[in-house]
Amino acid sequence: MDENGATKAAVQAICREHGNDRTRMLDILRDVQRRFGFVSDEAMDEVAEVTGCARIDVESVVSFYAFLSDRPQGRIVIRLCNDVVDELKGMPEVAAAFRRELGIAIGETTSDGFFTLAETPCIGMCDQAPAVLVNDVVVTDLDPDRVRRIVHRLRYNPDPSALVTEVGDGNNGHPLVRAMVRNNVRRAGEVIFSDRMAEAGLQQALRLTPERVIEQVKQSKLCGRGGAGFPTGRKWEFTRAAQGGPKYIICNADEGEPGTFKDRVLLTERPDLLFEGMTIAAYAIGASEGILYLRGEYAYLRRFLEHVLEERRRAGLLGQSILGVDGFDFDIRIQLGAGSYVCGEETALISSCEGQRGDPKNRPPFPAEKGFLGRPTCVNNVETLCKAARILEEGPDWFRQWGTESSAGTKLLSISGDCLRPGIYEVPFGVKLSDVLKLCGARDAGAVLVGGPSGRLVAPADFDERICFEELPTGGAIVVFDSSRDLLRIVSRYLAFFIDESCGHCTPCRVGNVLLKERIDRLRRGQGERSDLEYLERLARTIQATSRCGLGQTSPRLVECTLRDFRSLYEACLGRPDLELRPSFDIRAALRESEALVGRDSVYNWNEQSELPCRTTPSRL
Amino acid sequence: MQNDTVTFVIDQKEVRARRGQTILEAAEQAGVYIPRLCHLKGLTPHGSCRVCTVRVNGRYQAACTYPVADDLVVENDTEELRTLRRDLLEMLLVEGNHFCMFCEKSGHCELQALAYRHSIAAPKYPHLWPRREVDASHPDVLLDRNRCVLCGRCVRVSRDVDGKNVFGFVGRGPHRHLGVNSRRGLGGSDLSADDQAVTVCPVGCLLRKRTAFQVPVGQRRFDRQPIGAEVGAGAGSPQPSESPMQ
Ligand SMILES: Cc1cc2nc3c(=O)[nH]c(=O)nc-3n(C[C@H](O)[C@H](O)[C@H](O)COP(=O)(O)O)c2cc1C
Ligand code: SF4
Ligand code: SF4
Ligand code: SF4
Ligand code: FES
Ligand code: FES
Repeated sequence: MDENGATKAAVQAICREHGNDRTRMLDILRDVQRRFGFVSDEAMDEVAEVTGCARIDVESVVSFYAFLSDRPQGRIVIRLCNDVVDELKGMPEVAAAFRRELGIAIGETTSDGFFTLAETPCIGMCDQAPAVLVNDVVVTDLDPDRVRRIVHRLRYNPDPSALVTEVGDGNNGHPLVRAMVRNNVRRAGEVIFSDRMAEAGLQQALRLTPERVIEQVKQSKLCGRGGAGFPTGRKWEFTRAAQGGPKYIICNADEGEPGTFKDRVLLTERPDLLFEGMTIAAYAIGASEGILYLRGEYAYLRRFLEHVLEERRRAGLLGQSILGVDGFDFDIRIQLGAGSYVCGEETALISSCEGQRGDPKNRPPFPAEKGFLGRPTCVNNVETLCKAARILEEGPDWFRQWGTESSAGTKLLSISGDCLRPGIYEVPFGVKLSDVLKLCGARDAGAVLVGGPSGRLVAPADFDERICFEELPTGGAIVVFDSSRDLLRIVSRYLAFFIDESCGHCTPCRVGNVLLKERIDRLRRGQGERSDLEYLERLARTIQATSRCGLGQTSPRLVECTLRDFRSLYEACLGRPDLELRPSFDIRAALRESEALVGRDSVYNWNEQSELPCRTTPSRL
Repeated sequence: MQNDTVTFVIDQKEVRARRGQTILEAAEQAGVYIPRLCHLKGLTPHGSCRVCTVRVNGRYQAACTYPVADDLVVENDTEELRTLRRDLLEMLLVEGNHFCMFCEKSGHCELQALAYRHSIAAPKYPHLWPRREVDASHPDVLLDRNRCVLCGRCVRVSRDVDGKNVFGFVGRGPHRHLGVNSRRGLGGSDLSADDQAVTVCPVGCLLRKRTAFQVPVGQRRFDRQPIGAEVGAGAGSPQPSESPMQ
């Protein structure tokens, strides 16, 4: 067989493994990528042919996901987290070491086709940054010295798993995980990390009618822990009431909000609690199938989670007539993502589960009515489902003893950045941010990012606000920046994140975020004008008001809150009194071409200082 | 049985509509024009341009995707919404490479017409001057992505009306662009010159070759009347939009 024929046969075999089912496109393409290092033109044609869709539909999917590629990638792909958290923990030196050792720039592949260097947003290891992915293997706490050893070792033994010489605590040491990741649980609260009776919540649920289960969850006032905070009981009720079936429960383990890593720890240490919660949800809404959508970055947990599911099947906790309840049949499969933040948005998550691009869908209809494959679907966050299981076990009143009026129970926080004790903290809702900062040992906080880049950068004057839906809502991310950090640079970097991760479907998000970043960067170069501040405010408002999904509706928030709470940083960027020109007019750029033509230097004597005229904050970033 | 008609209010006017209609459809039927770019009658709504943004009971929604219901209060022709729409149109203008004076769609172009309707002389945003590919490989149709607004009309029409699937979107974020169902560009696809997909392009991105300037400037569609003028012109009469999709 010629090479082309061999490719065809291999692609066909992969498709067959996934039932030639186009809704399994993501699994198919992930496997093709792993097998060949990319998805070639020939492979796309073949996948289209076998699954019965147009080639453009395949290309469309390949081009969407960061972990899929239409050009050959190295046998080993090293993805460096490019988040600001890693940057302040020393990623620039680590990245330089990788470039030096491999002799390539980010985005390139070595000429022997062995290594590719790539960048990726937060991989959920912020508490042990700088961190990278080497294929599926997570490598944490890097420094230039370790980079040298790692590259050397990989040249010697191309199996990335051999890089793990010391495993982390808890299930990170499980033979099916074997990761160097550490859990860093700093404060084990009562709801998630206390001792408990296995499956007591599920047993209790099955003693009740589904309606009573929903009633219990409603009484507990549990709200979604994924960020949006929708009341969980009501979501279950809508899905139960929806016409048609079969119905689905999807667990959102995409955990893409930069600075968030609590679901990683739940998946590692409490998978049974999560699957118990999913099973309870399935019983309550009448679902027969569940999907755990696991972000591609957490692929190292897959075999372990499959194993936990298998054990549950064996114990009668999944499958037919669960725990002997006639007619309650339910099972769970794992859908792996492939590098996309917007896929955490619930309708994009559903698109992705259907094997499509992770474009969000128009709403209404809401997933509760028309979700996965057009059927009633409930999407819940990992932590939400774990909590639901505990509520069934201990009762709604027990849960409500923690928290505030509208924010019941506890919350898992993922804390990272400039603090002594980064990690996971389970705290009651209503805790003051200042107390959280004490807990984690943040001594000199100049600003705290609560809720990730789609949340708010909180100024010291507001540190007494409470973590809860009423005041400082968060899906769990808390990133501390000490007073030396350049906040406008951080805002700019997170805008770059949103630009990269936007699906590009709608105008305001696709174009507006680029325009926001252009103007912030212009200000940072000292070319700002007073009218730019109003320009930014209006642009931010337009993007928020008109974007189709939560990504665009929240992406301008950091611009907005820094314009309000850190106004002086912007003021300091305005106009340079030493210049008679309009600050936004860059005479150097305007003259560059003609200077090059005549071959002489500018008559303007620019000192290098004027390259970085943003003078307020001494910058370490 | 559920009542089949609903009553809602748009711009202070009470309107009756069929359940299942979108706000945009119902408003149009009642003679109220809501500006739109990606939407085209008869197609599944796309919800991408956001030019049809209205306020529904105070919340921003796309009128082309939002279903009518009793007791909705819709704001449409307000200064605030006109401002938002102006911003969106300007974003589209700076995102691509639009030189109307050299564009054969000028006068027929819905983006240009919307810009005029919203009094846009020059966008306040900086031009992004992207590098975009032009595909001239098809004997009868030119694809000039410099002017594409990613409205998805051609994608939907080729799939749902022409039954061909010639187009799709490739890439994400600012790199999202129109892709073609062939490794060899438009010329390798099964697009034919009389496909509806070509007709529905609102801008000068998909053009039939050798048909340029058949209608002289000055007598073109939007030279005669501004975009949207047909809505409500003779209230109740079927509106004479040039949509081929009726
Ligand atoms: C851009 C974007 C990304 C999101 N990412 C996540 C995520 O990674 N995990 C998550 O649970 N929810 C995420 N969400 C929220 C989900 O849309 C959804 O509200 C949530 O999964 C519902 O579960 P809950 O009610 O249990 O919180 C995201 C939302 C947006 C707009
Ligand atoms: S807001 Fe952004 S991510 Fe959401 S649909 Fe629009 S372009 Fe896509
Ligand atoms: S497509 Fe429309 S807006 Fe763009 S250049 Fe042509 S006429 Fe002008
Ligand atoms: S080619 Fe025309 S119809 Fe197709 S997406 Fe672009 S602007 Fe819309
Ligand atoms: S792992 Fe880099 S910020 Fe989260
Ligand atoms: S017409 Fe409604 S979003 Fe384009």
